[in-house]
Amino acid sequence: MTALLKSLLIIAATLMASVTHAVAADQQPVLRGTGNLGIIVERTTGSLVIFDATERRMISRVEGLGDLSHASAVFSPDERYAFIFGRDGGLTKVDLLTSSIVHRVMQAGNSIGGAISDDGTLVAVANYEPGGIKVFDTATLAEVADIPATWTGGRSKTIGLEDAPGRRFLFSLWDAGETWIADFSKGNTPQITKLTGMGDRPYDALVTSDGRYYVAGLFGEDGLTVVDLWQSPLTPRRILRGYGNGETKLPVYKMPHLESWALAGNRFVLPAIGRHELLWVDARTFEETNRTAVYGQPVFAVAGPDGRNVWVNFAHPLNDTIQVVDSLTGSIVKQWKPGPAVLHIEFAPRGHDVWVSVRDANVVQVYDAYTFEKKAEIAANSPSGIFLTARAHRMGL
Amino acid sequence: MRDGLHHILGLATAFLLASIGAALADSSEEAREQKLERLVRQDCGSCHGMTFKGGLGPDIRAERMAGFTPSAIAAVILDGVPGTPMPPWRGLLSEEDALWIAEYLRKGGR
Repeated sequence: MTALLKSLLIIAATLMASVTHAVAADQQPVLRGTGNLGIIVERTTGSLVIFDATERRMISRVEGLGDLSHASAVFSPDERYAFIFGRDGGLTKVDLLTSSIVHRVMQAGNSIGGAISDDGTLVAVANYEPGGIKVFDTATLAEVADIPATWTGGRSKTIGLEDAPGRRFLFSLWDAGETWIADFSKGNTPQITKLTGMGDRPYDALVTSDGRYYVAGLFGEDGLTVVDLWQSPLTPRRILRGYGNGETKLPVYKMPHLESWALAGNRFVLPAIGRHELLWVDARTFEETNRTAVYGQPVFAVAGPDGRNVWVNFAHPLNDTIQVVDSLTGSIVKQWKPGPAVLHIEFAPRGHDVWVSVRDANVVQVYDAYTFEKKAEIAANSPSGIFLTARAHRMGL
Repeated sequence: MRDGLHHILGLATAFLLASIGAALADSSEEAREQKLERLVRQDCGSCHGMTFKGGLGPDIRAERMAGFTPSAIAAVILDGVPGTPMPPWRGLLSEEDALWIAEYLRKGGR
């Protein structure tokens, strides 16, 4: 009797569960926007965490994206799709609403980031191997253009791929010391302009948020090179020449990133290389105005959207610390240790929250941008890059 | 009789202490290796890729590393390659650590 009752109960429960499941499947998906979504790259597991930045909680996880060490992302203009650039040459289009992979191509052997065109129709990837860039249709990920970075020394590794106004992409050749402009304004066959003499081994670059200047950091010499995209002909100009004063460089255990450069009033700030310093530069003349001595080799120096403060993280082995620098005075206003291996810093688009990934603590922390109080944590496996969808509407990221 | 008991207790204590010591040594060796492995995968991986197939820095997979002796690899790790982005790790890593990493790479990260 008891056994029979048990069986009946189990059958009833199973039936109810399947009915509930069927109802759930029948339901319309919940309508929602994507403007407050973001993704966290889980570098060792090849997965992404999709999160709600307002509620500061994880929504879902997307797996199967390959080697995501040093992965980065850009977003479609409707902020629904993320394009993920993996280290292994994988380019993946992810639907944030359905948490699924829409398209995925293995487009090279070894890659280092990419960009999306101003009109949202083209996505470009910079490759180390084989050196060059490839450009894809954002709707289908069908290949639109293959631009080998050929120079007298063979094929160069490419770095610092950025979008610029007028359906253009700019990128630099690490080995050749050149910057190329691929102009797609007249269709899908690009016009290529090559700028030589950019300097010894450009390692990363940025486009200012107004789309006017392309700035390349140099590994092989003390200085950076700027190209004013409003001028014709385009002419590379060296800035901050000799900022190291001829002193021996400190070991650089991780290359700094130039993607986010902070405009604070009329000054920019950028990480020095081989020196534990931030360099402040006049935004009109590109002359150095002052320096801030910091805790270690800066990796990211990220300003909030208001430019008020600059948050800085550091290279191994000093990568457990964040310093916040006041952009008016150049002085450090806050310093603390979020945990082992602080890899990335991302401001909310209006600047109230700051997202910080702490790789070896398997957590992403959310801070109040002004009180520095920790508001929330999201668990993630070896988190690295954090990307909010609002990036869709900013140039040069 | 008492002496015998003392003797046994003494032996037991010595054995216990020795076992604890060995276990500690094992776990600290294991911890050191885990730390080094993480460093190689994650931090060397910044330039050489998490799977070691290269990036800004060259391929450091087993097939390529087989062409170098462990001490040659350790020397590159400790002193870097001047004029390239490969920094000297001396100061952060001991010679023993560098040799461990060299062997680890020659075994393909195992």
